[in-house]
Amino acid sequence: MAESGIGASVPRTEDQRFLTGSGDYTDDTTFPHQTHAAFVRSTHPHASFTLDTTAAASAPGVVTVLTGADLAADEIGTLICGWQVTGKDGEPHKAPPHPVLAVDTVRHVGDAIAIVVAESARAARDAAEQVEVSYAPLPAVVSMRDALADGAPQIHSDAPGNLCYDWEIGDRAATDDAFARAHHVARLDLVNNRLIPNAMEPRSAIGDFNPASGDYTLRLTSQNPHIHRLVLAAFIQIAPEHKLHVIAPDVGGGFGSKIFIYQEETAVLWAAGKIGRPVKWTADRSESFVADAHGRDHESHVELALDADGRFLGLKVSTLANMGAYLSTFASCVPSYLYGTLLQGQYTTEAIYCEVKAVFTNTTPVDALRGAGRPEATYVVERIVDQAAREMGIDAAELRRRNFIPADAFPYPTKVALEYDSGNYRLALDRALEIADYGDFAARREASSARGRLRGIGLSAYIEACGIAPSQVVGSLGAGVGLWESGGIRFNPTGNVLVYTGSHSHGQGHETTFAQLVSDYLGVPFESVEVVHGDTEKTPFGMGTYGSRSLAVGGSALVKAMDKIIAKGRKIAAFTLEASEEDIEFSGGDFAVAGTDRSMNIAEVAFSAYVPHNYPLDELEPGLEETGFYDPANFTFPAGTHVCEVEVDPETGTTEIVNWVAVDDFGNVVNPMIVEGQVHGGVAHGVGQALLEGCAYDADGQLLTGSFMDYTMPRADDLPDMTVETTCTPCPHNPLGVKGCGEAGAIAAPAAVMNAITDALGTNAIDMPATPQAVWRALSE
Amino acid sequence: MDLSGEFHVPLPREAVFEALNDPVILGRCIPGCQTLERVSENEFDADVLAKVGPVKARFRTRIAVSNLNPPESYTLSGEGRGGAAGFASGSADVSLETADDGTVLRYVARVQPGGKIAQVGSRLIGGTARKLGTDFFSRFVEIVTPEAPSEEGEPDEKEE
Repeated sequence: MAESGIGASVPRTEDQRFLTGSGDYTDDTTFPHQTHAAFVRSTHPHASFTLDTTAAASAPGVVTVLTGADLAADEIGTLICGWQVTGKDGEPHKAPPHPVLAVDTVRHVGDAIAIVVAESARAARDAAEQVEVSYAPLPAVVSMRDALADGAPQIHSDAPGNLCYDWEIGDRAATDDAFARAHHVARLDLVNNRLIPNAMEPRSAIGDFNPASGDYTLRLTSQNPHIHRLVLAAFIQIAPEHKLHVIAPDVGGGFGSKIFIYQEETAVLWAAGKIGRPVKWTADRSESFVADAHGRDHESHVELALDADGRFLGLKVSTLANMGAYLSTFASCVPSYLYGTLLQGQYTTEAIYCEVKAVFTNTTPVDALRGAGRPEATYVVERIVDQAAREMGIDAAELRRRNFIPADAFPYPTKVALEYDSGNYRLALDRALEIADYGDFAARREASSARGRLRGIGLSAYIEACGIAPSQVVGSLGAGVGLWESGGIRFNPTGNVLVYTGSHSHGQGHETTFAQLVSDYLGVPFESVEVVHGDTEKTPFGMGTYGSRSLAVGGSALVKAMDKIIAKGRKIAAFTLEASEEDIEFSGGDFAVAGTDRSMNIAEVAFSAYVPHNYPLDELEPGLEETGFYDPANFTFPAGTHVCEVEVDPETGTTEIVNWVAVDDFGNVVNPMIVEGQVHGGVAHGVGQALLEGCAYDADGQLLTGSFMDYTMPRADDLPDMTVETTCTPCPHNPLGVKGCGEAGAIAAPAAVMNAITDALGTNAIDMPATPQAVWRALSE
Repeated sequence: MDLSGEFHVPLPREAVFEALNDPVILGRCIPGCQTLERVSENEFDADVLAKVGPVKARFRTRIAVSNLNPPESYTLSGEGRGGAAGFASGSADVSLETADDGTVLRYVARVQPGGKIAQVGSRLIGGTARKLGTDFFSRFVEIVTPEAPSEEGEPDEKEE
């Protein structure tokens, strides 16, 4: 069991099919009589328009052309935001209508206007070009500052001043008081650059409608098929929940961008009902750039007050967060409850105050992207800590040590509404510095200098709140959904096991990790466990995968189901072995009568459960299948320290990352290899943000970085070899003691890179992405 | 993005100005112009085939003449709609100044691309627009200059 149980680096079961091109992706499926959809999209950032679909409707191969007017006639609802944030004034945020197809006004380039359904994808595209859209351009606002300015063009009549909300957290008076007592105040203006998610597989959907049964089916790229079903049924009202079957098969990466309920998937499902035939749409890459929710896009002013010893007295943060043109599914909670609540970092900062203005602009909507709020918070905290260290002449590691929440202080209530459950921040920092040979950095810098290079080292002691979350807490903060998870265990008569999870795997390797967990816990061979996910007709209602929650919440739900299986198995074994239930001990897959050599394997128990010929049926039900629902008591709080070392060529501005050390506390680890892979991927994401990726609009609202020609994703040769280690303070409140690892790298990395670059350059006058041009410019100024 | 240029035309200012308002000449000057039709006193409709980087499309273009101040200056503006390829709009302030041996034509133009052209061709727009501007005015000079019998005749065939 050791080689496949908890703690073993089992190779990923799913990789065989992924690497051999045998995955089952949405676009791979072709239904009989299938049609294809193409969308007519706005080329203007802000315009009123009229439509003429006559030519398109009579183009070759066209089945139908549908518009926002048709949606309205069918009383199809608008897209929703599932989290209501309450502003300083006690008023709910502004969530103006987000039509599935724009009705008379478009508000960003790429806004969908009409859906053209045809016999082939090519015919649909050709016909889409023949839809006559007459635009009357309206003034557009692109930057957040312009949007908030007096007299700015208004994007929504029901969001005055283009303000979605003005929110605050923390204690303003206490923070002001801390600043009044400060020995030193460090200040920074920071931009957290807008990112375009770019999952490898573009979004895709096939809607189908069966006129005989009245059943709808939607097969799509989703991280949370049950949430798609819920929103499409309860809010958009295409079909009731029991008449809508949502399947998210293999999905080639999500990073948050496939959580949301978008225009296109909704339109495809509705169109299928209109024509009574399957309708397929798969985004091309150009569409993904303008129609997938973007991420980040903050402008912040941050101030840190310190006493003479460098202790953090107060932190003040003022942030503008770009929402784009409409409020996407979970957009509102990202720069508020997933951001302001993390500004405590790993430190004992005595007072914190943060205010956030969320702003509408004529750009693609912005929503959660890997880390979602927490990378922005870590960036603010870790940049200002380094800045303060430099200004006060205190070593950056030492300043952190002086301010860490001590290991014996948990549970630790923060000044920004959370309670950290466990951690040992100093342990991770010290280990990371040891591996990175921090003590010898000065010698390495000198050696670089002799070669004409500038060397810098940067730390990022990050924290995140994962495992989103206790339903009671998120509910009190405005979430429209509960955030528990479900899990089901079904023994087949022959002893193998089907595992049903409400989590969804789109690259994370759940089919392996969850099988390891079940195999270890129930003592069944790893090969006898099959993980089933992503199908609303197979699994119990589940909340899906985001926020590094699958193992902490989904895995814990499986533990609940497995505990019920064991309890039932104990009854069956007691009956079969003619012992009392209390005397049955379960271990390694065997139910044994204590103190005897009489036992039954769980596979025998399962067989017996399905062949209950002599069962006392009034006491013992046949079958061996259980479901568990788990709602955690708290978030989990993965944390750690990443160290980045860079060498900058001052002639060209090129930055090379020469070393990377990650020491993360994820609590217990089920599969170390998968965890390491998740850290690698996260760091790549964060390095991409820090060095390469930057979404740019021109002043008129046109997306300039609309292809891989102008938007640079990280490649293997942009990344260093990484040393990844873990420390472990188990999560005290979930049965597995796990915390989550999927976002950590993306949260930690940007600050580590930028602290290293600013260390190398000796200037703070540089924002992400630190391209060679930006670095060169910063050096020249 | 802003572009500008300067050309010398060996004709008196009045003649140059007249030529700048002649749809036949305009049609021959616009690179890729397939058809040009006068729709009102100061407006023309043109069909223009243009390529920006990887995006090639037929632009249905409305060209308007405004700020008429004969024979000194006028503004030529146009908005081309290329369907799924997006759009490009632009305007050029053209001024004419009498010089020793003819007229100096100066223009300052602004070009704004939108949709897919901006999305995938933004880095190529500058070069393309500059080339289109230079082509337009150098053709114009070539066509209106009397002693240069329109060389190897490559004006676009279709004229109105």
